[in-house]
Amino acid sequence: MLKYIIKRLLMVIPVLLGVTIIIFLITRILAPDPAPVVLGEHATPAAMAAWRADHGLNDPIWLQYGHFIINALHGDLGTSYYTNAPVTQEIFSRFPATAELAICAIVVASLIGVGLGRLSAVRKNKLADHASMFVALIGVSMPIFWSGILLIILFAGILHWLPSNGRVSPMLQPTGGTGFYILDTLMRGDWTALRDVLLHLILPTLALSLYSLAIITRMTRSSMLDSLNEDFIRTARAKGLRRRTVNNRHALRTAMLPVTTVIGLQFGSLLGGALLTETVFSWPGIGKYTVDCVLKSDFPVIQGVVLLIATIFVIVNLVVDIIYAFLDPRIKYGTKADD
Amino acid sequence: MAKKPISQNLKLASIDISLMDDQAVALLEAPQDKPESMWRDIWEGIYSNKTSLISLAFIVLLGLVAIGTKIAPGVLPYDPFQQNLSIALQAPSLAHWCGTDQQGRDIFCRILVGAQISLTVGFSAVAISLVIGVILGAVSGYRGGATDTIIMRVMDMMLAIPSILLAIAIMAALGKGVEKAVIAIGLVSIPEYARIVRSEVLAIKESDYVAAARVIGNSTPAIIMRHILPNVLPSIIVRATLGISMAILDAAALGFLGLGVQPPLAEWGDMLGRGRSEIFRAPWLMLYPGLAIMLTVLAFNLIGNGIRDGLDPKTRKR
Repeated sequence: MLKYIIKRLLMVIPVLLGVTIIIFLITRILAPDPAPVVLGEHATPAAMAAWRADHGLNDPIWLQYGHFIINALHGDLGTSYYTNAPVTQEIFSRFPATAELAICAIVVASLIGVGLGRLSAVRKNKLADHASMFVALIGVSMPIFWSGILLIILFAGILHWLPSNGRVSPMLQPTGGTGFYILDTLMRGDWTALRDVLLHLILPTLALSLYSLAIITRMTRSSMLDSLNEDFIRTARAKGLRRRTVNNRHALRTAMLPVTTVIGLQFGSLLGGALLTETVFSWPGIGKYTVDCVLKSDFPVIQGVVLLIATIFVIVNLVVDIIYAFLDPRIKYGTKADD
Repeated sequence: MAKKPISQNLKLASIDISLMDDQAVALLEAPQDKPESMWRDIWEGIYSNKTSLISLAFIVLLGLVAIGTKIAPGVLPYDPFQQNLSIALQAPSLAHWCGTDQQGRDIFCRILVGAQISLTVGFSAVAISLVIGVILGAVSGYRGGATDTIIMRVMDMMLAIPSILLAIAIMAALGKGVEKAVIAIGLVSIPEYARIVRSEVLAIKESDYVAAARVIGNSTPAIIMRHILPNVLPSIIVRATLGISMAILDAAALGFLGLGVQPPLAEWGDMLGRGRSEIFRAPWLMLYPGLAIMLTVLAFNLIGNGIRDGLDPKTRKR
C-alpha cells in the first residue's frame, strides 16, 4: 500500500507540471499582448515597453516559464498586473471563502444525494424513485447560475427569509482568525454571528450543490441496485435480517465505494462551479475574483488560480483513491492495476 | 428477425491470428449488419421512450425556429434588436409574453433568436471536440506505447482543470465572441471523447476482423477508419448528444459572465447576465432565458437517455 501511495504521489508531479504548461501556453502564447489592456489604449509605446520589461514579458517564452516554475516552487506566483500585490496573497486571502462554500456544498450534495439515491434504489420504479430521478434530471439540466438566481428571487426577493449576497452582515464580520467564518465564530462562541454566517451560506450552498447532488444521486442509485442483486444480500435476507439493516449495513456500504470516487470528482467540478455561484451571490472568494481578473486580462492571477484549483482537484482525487484502496479489500494495487 | 447489438454484429467467429490472406478477405467480406441497424436502434430507443420522443420534437421545433428566424426575421412580431425605451422593463403581458428588457426589446423574440446561437455553439463545439477527440483517442488506443502515453497524459492534465475554468482561461486569452466560445468549449471537452474512444479501441483492436484487416495489408488509417471507428460510433453518439447539452450550459455560463456574444446579439446566458441588475424589479429578465436554457439542456439529456437505451443491449426490449 505504501508503495502505491508513493507511486500515486509521484504521478501528481507531472500532471501539475503539465497543468502549468497548458495554462502558460494559453496566457502567454494564445493571449495577445496584455500591455495595451492593462495600461489603456492611450499609453505611449515607451510606457508599454517599460511595463513589459518590468514584468519579464520580453524574455524568451522558455525563460519566462522557467522563472514561473522556480518562483512557484518558492510559493511566489507573481504579482497582479493591476494591484501589484502578490498573487499568492490575493488568492489565499480569498481562499477560505471559496473552500468554506465548496466544503458545505459537497457535504450537502453527498448527504442528500446518497439519501435520495438509496431511497430511489430501495423503492425502484415507485413514486419515490421517479421523484428522485426527476430531481436528478433537473439538477443536471439547470444552469448553476440560474438555480442561484431563482433561489435569490424566491427566498430573498419574495419571502425575505434569507440574505442574497455576501458571507456575513457587515457589523458581524469576524476579524482575524482562520478566514473560515463558521470555525471563527464557533471558536469565539459568537452565536449571533454564527447564525448570520449560516444564513448567508444556505442559498449559495444549495445552488452550488444541485448539480453534484444530481450526479451523486444517480450514481448511488445505480451502484446500490447492483449491490442489491448480489448473492450476499440474498444471504443476509435469508438469515432473517431486518430489511433496513440489509439495505444500510450491507447494500449501501458496498454501493458507497464507487460513489466515493464520484464525490471526489465532483469536488473539482464544484470548484469550477464556484466561479459562477460566487458571481451570482457576490461571494468574496477566488471564483468571483478570478472572473473579475479574466475580464481585465490579469493573467498572473488566472495562472495562479488554475494551478491552485488543479492542485486541490488532483490531491482530493489522490486521497479518494487511497481511501478507496483501504475500503475495498478486493483491490490489490499491483503494477497492472496502478496503470 | 431479432437484431444483434452493433458490437456483436461485427464480432466474427474465432480465428487463428495467423490467417491466410484469402481467409482474411473472406472474414472482412462476410455479411455484416448494415449501419442502418444502428440508426434503427437509436430511433427505437427514442421512439419507445415518450419523454425522449417529446424532447426530440422540441429540439426539431427549436431548430426550425432558429433556421426560420435566421432566414426570415420578419416572421417575428417584434424586432429582437430594435430598442424602444418607452416600453422598457414591461412585465409579461399578452402583447409581450415574456416581458421586455431594459432597452424595451421583446424578450420572447430575443429568446427565439437566441436559439440560433445556443444551438450553433452546442453543435459546433461538440463537432470540434468530437473530431479531435476521436482522432486522438483512436490513434492513442491503436498505436499504444509512447504515443498512447503522451496523448493520454496530456488529456489527464487537461482533465485536472475544471472544464469551465479552462474554458474561461481560454476565453480570457482569445477574447470575447461566439466563435471563440465555440473553440474554448470544444477544446475543453476533447479529453472525454479521447478517453472513451481509446478504451473502446483498446478492446476492438484485438478482434479477429481487425487482425484480418491487418493481415491483408490494410494501412493503420484505413483500419481505424473502416473497421474500428464504425464500432466506436454508438458510444460516441451517446456521449455527443449529452455533450451538446453540456456545451449549451458552458456557453450560457460564458455568456452569463460577459465573455460570450457582443451586444446587440441575443444569447440566453448573456440575456440572463445582463438582467442581474434588475433581479428584484424585473425577474422575468432572468426567468425566461434560464427556462429556455434548462428546457433545451433537459431535452438533449432525455434524447441522450433514449439513444443510450436504444444502443444498450441490456436495456433494449426485444
